[in-house]
Amino acid sequence: MSKYLLNKFLFTVDRDPDLVERYRQDPSGTVRWWEAERAGVILNCAAPERSTWLEFTPAEREALATHDYVTLFEMGAHNFLLLTLFIALFERDYAEPLAFQREFAAWLSHWSLPYPDIAT
Amino acid sequence: MCGPLGQSLRSIMATVAAVIASTHHPFYYKASTSFGAERPPFADEWVAKITAFRETLTRARADVLVMVGSDHFHQLWLDNMPQFLIGKAPYYDANWYNEEREFGLPRMLVPGDVDLSAYLLREGMDAGFDLAFSNELRIDHSITCPLITLRPEADVPIVPVYTNIFAPPLPQPRRFVELGRTIRRLVESWPSDKRVAIIGTGHLSLELGGPRQFGPHGPDPEFDRKAVGWIASGDLDSALAEVSLDSLWLPGNATHGFMDFMLMMGVAGDKIAADYVDSLDLFHTMEAYFTWYPEGAL
Repeated sequence: MSKYLLNKFLFTVDRDPDLVERYRQDPSGTVRWWEAERAGVILNCAAPERSTWLEFTPAEREALATHDYVTLFEMGAHNFLLLTLFIALFERDYAEPLAFQREFAAWLSHWSLPYPDIAT
Repeated sequence: MCGPLGQSLRSIMATVAAVIASTHHPFYYKASTSFGAERPPFADEWVAKITAFRETLTRARADVLVMVGSDHFHQLWLDNMPQFLIGKAPYYDANWYNEEREFGLPRMLVPGDVDLSAYLLREGMDAGFDLAFSNELRIDHSITCPLITLRPEADVPIVPVYTNIFAPPLPQPRRFVELGRTIRRLVESWPSDKRVAIIGTGHLSLELGGPRQFGPHGPDPEFDRKAVGWIASGDLDSALAEVSLDSLWLPGNATHGFMDFMLMMGVAGDKIAADYVDSLDLFHTMEAYFTWYPEGAL
């Protein structure tokens, strides 16, 4: 399991307006493309100096490809990255302010402390 | 140097003009600048409280602002994560696309005080903190929110101090307190005639990306009540006795930001009561505002 790589996906998509839209519209294709092309990019390094060992587990790939933020939370994806990106993806579909955020909380309501470990 | 002039030059040291700690709420900018149906019902009360709080910095006539905050996964990332970092640059661009998107925050450009940055880095390392530094730092809402609330002109040079309250493993709470004490001591020994306000923002109980997020109040009003009491009275003994890296999960999964308040308690001093205390119970979080004026500062 690679919590780091899950977080890297959330982080690199969240900071790029085009990728946010692409991930909203085509989650499965975006995850496949990202894992092949972007997963190994070290953010402060030249393109040829990329990591060669990073990959999602099948379960991680599936959770990202289905926008399954409950499973991502349970895998230990960072709570802040998860919330921020999913607000960007779906808040627009809700009429009331904070309605998406409250639904997000409700889907996680079966959780009590301790939450999944977010340490990477 | 020798003689009376030399002595007076040697004795010049900066003045800590104010110590200010608060929560940083990224929705304030939007709430305070919206009109009509867009304006939330709590906006007027919030603006009134912020206007009063702003006056506590204005009174201090600060020439420089040391600003303690935390990068929210903007420039600092898990491939290279510093625990404590000081910016050393003549300018700081500010706010990020996702803050513009989610909070409506404006892009800003804030001047920096490179001399004080250099002093804090050198002296801070010699005092036992192996500080990271950045010569090109784009600051985020942990620093721009207090600028917007306290000095919206953003025309006073700053020294940003970033802490890791976000990406475990984190430093222990006592290290935050000790860094605060060190910053206070170093600013007071800075050979400069400038007046320095030390400002830091953190959180009380807060949940983000978890089942307790965005409720009608903060996730743990009892923690908030206790924490406001610790800060207002400078009760570091109680805060340090009750707060640990493990315990901070209990009030909410983003409550480690309280360690920036503990840092500011270290700046303000043990058992030093705040001169100004205010709070506001908002949806999903308690906002709190504190100002200390060191003796003779005003």
